[in-house]
Amino acid sequence: MSAKRKTAAREIFALGAEAVVEGALLAGCSFYGGYPITPSSEIMEGMAERLPRTEDGVFIQMEDEIASLGACIGASLAGRKVMTATSGPGFSLMQELIGYACMIEAPLVLVNVMRGGPSTGLPTSPAQGDVQQARWGTHGDHSIIVLSATDVQDCLHMTVKAFNFAEKYRTPVILLLDEVTAHTREKITVPLAQDLEILYRLQPSMPPEWYKPFEETVRGVPPMPPLGSGYRFHVTGLTHDDHGYPTQKPDEVVAAISRQFRKIDQFFFDIQITDEFLTGDAEVGVVAYGSVARSAHLAVEQARERGIKAGLIDLKTLFPFPRAAVEGLLRRCRTVIVPEMNMGQISREVKRVNPGTSTVWTINRVDGHIITPKQILESIRKG
Amino acid sequence: MAEVTQLIHEYLRHDKKFPHVLCPGCGHGILLGSLIRSVHALGIPKDDVALVAGIGCSGRVAVYVDFNTVHAVHGRALTVATGIKMAKPDMHVIVVQGDGDALSIGGNHFIHAARRNIGLTVLVLNNFIYGMTGGQCSSATPLGCWSTTTPYGQMEKSFDFVEMTRAAGANFVSRGTVFHVKTLDKLVRQALVHPGFSLVEVLTPCHTQFGRKNKFKSPVDMYQWLKKAAMPLEAYEKLDPDKRAGRIPIGVFVDNHEPALETRYAAMRAKLAKG
Repeated sequence: MSAKRKTAAREIFALGAEAVVEGALLAGCSFYGGYPITPSSEIMEGMAERLPRTEDGVFIQMEDEIASLGACIGASLAGRKVMTATSGPGFSLMQELIGYACMIEAPLVLVNVMRGGPSTGLPTSPAQGDVQQARWGTHGDHSIIVLSATDVQDCLHMTVKAFNFAEKYRTPVILLLDEVTAHTREKITVPLAQDLEILYRLQPSMPPEWYKPFEETVRGVPPMPPLGSGYRFHVTGLTHDDHGYPTQKPDEVVAAISRQFRKIDQFFFDIQITDEFLTGDAEVGVVAYGSVARSAHLAVEQARERGIKAGLIDLKTLFPFPRAAVEGLLRRCRTVIVPEMNMGQISREVKRVNPGTSTVWTINRVDGHIITPKQILESIRKG
Repeated sequence: MAEVTQLIHEYLRHDKKFPHVLCPGCGHGILLGSLIRSVHALGIPKDDVALVAGIGCSGRVAVYVDFNTVHAVHGRALTVATGIKMAKPDMHVIVVQGDGDALSIGGNHFIHAARRNIGLTVLVLNNFIYGMTGGQCSSATPLGCWSTTTPYGQMEKSFDFVEMTRAAGANFVSRGTVFHVKTLDKLVRQALVHPGFSLVEVLTPCHTQFGRKNKFKSPVDMYQWLKKAAMPLEAYEKLDPDKRAGRIPIGVFVDNHEPALETRYAAMRAKLAKG
């Protein structure tokens, strides 16, 4: 094995979906449970080929998307870094188990390659219609991390980030791609794992008899040993106390739920990733994500060539919504434009955090085609 | 008797979880006792047992025992168990489900777990009814029986779990009852060590939700009925087909030794590693 080990970063010509596979393997993913669905199946096929050849990798095709996420949760409890990928209809089926993963604090990465919806919709066309579902799709109050990626290289890096956040914060992380990002083929660099920051879930340092699986900690994230390691505990989707046992006592319920929020809330500075482009002196701002951010990037460049002070915030983290960065842009710009391949989902967030200093315009497209730089430039010129 | 109680207490969690949620006359505790005795008899360390349960009264039994216990969501216990088994093939992964959990909402997963022949020990507590939610009919409620959602009698035929699991391709398929405890202990022990998907369908009374609404005067009546209705498979097969009505065969129905999924997977990986 060691003779085959790669010694340098390599350049490959890859689909966004293949970059997700590279990123997952670099991050240490060793379990994939999935169900085929367009336009995400290339991720599954890549994992089916690669995982059985890794040191301890497990790939399993399940009978549906519910089972896929269930298997991932089981493997996560058993100590694995796990991933599944799907698209709209499958994402809808997974919602109950997303809430279960939040409740039992199981680290996992769920990639949703968004296609046109609702329902079967436009299976081979891009969309960004699942943004609010990613945040609020499962029932009940919960905290969750939702990321996005702009291009193929970004797919690799955001997948690694997704695993790191999942492990660090013991939470499901949803990586929202769109069909364009997943099916674009570009040259990318696959770094060596040793050159990346790779995080693992915290392990208990106390003896089993002192261990409480859902104990309050400074970071709000309790250590998580794999099943079968001597730390026998109970896991349940019922609201539970710090031992993991079901409880209905109001003080214990409040403690459990508020810790699940706090463990994410107090690390906004770490979780909220944005990529700012010429925003310092911008008078017209653009907030975009996914493949639309690429169009927006070009539109901002073209606007600058025409003497318009335009700037872009490319949202890598969608939720928790990067309020500080967007609010800064709203304070500086007279107009902020939010182009999205939906009827207006992130624009709701932008409007919500607008301190009243800026006019928020939306560009919406749901016809299965991408938002072009020209469309955005036209809007910038009017702004 | 004292020894038995002592053994049970060795495996129960004492820090928080009593009194339990089960009703007087419920058979779930008998199965749990059977499971504890079987794990003990086989000398399986507690750390090596993952007990995954679904939702419902059966789902609550996991919390009481000192194993690695997972209370999953409704119908999906087998999917979570599949992930655990594939990630840690050396663990004994035991699944406890009710009839509604296993074969109504979870039917699809049940069929496919059996088809994959993955090494899970599955104990289905069949009490013919949704107990915890208040006595609604399940896919196991017998034709004509009363439930809160079949107030004029069940019109649908019930599932035969044994035949379904056999058809799906499981290695080990058996049925017992909580009245016939020695047989049950034997079946659970066999299921725990049998490679591949192993089912024990456990018939158990729910007097609170099923019995008292279906002409059983007391929990004891339900146990008497189990005693009378159940008979060994070998004797059942010798019965004149005309006399089989109302009788329930118990014992081992399928005893195959095909390689389990995790064994096939390990073999594939070994082949790949050789190049």
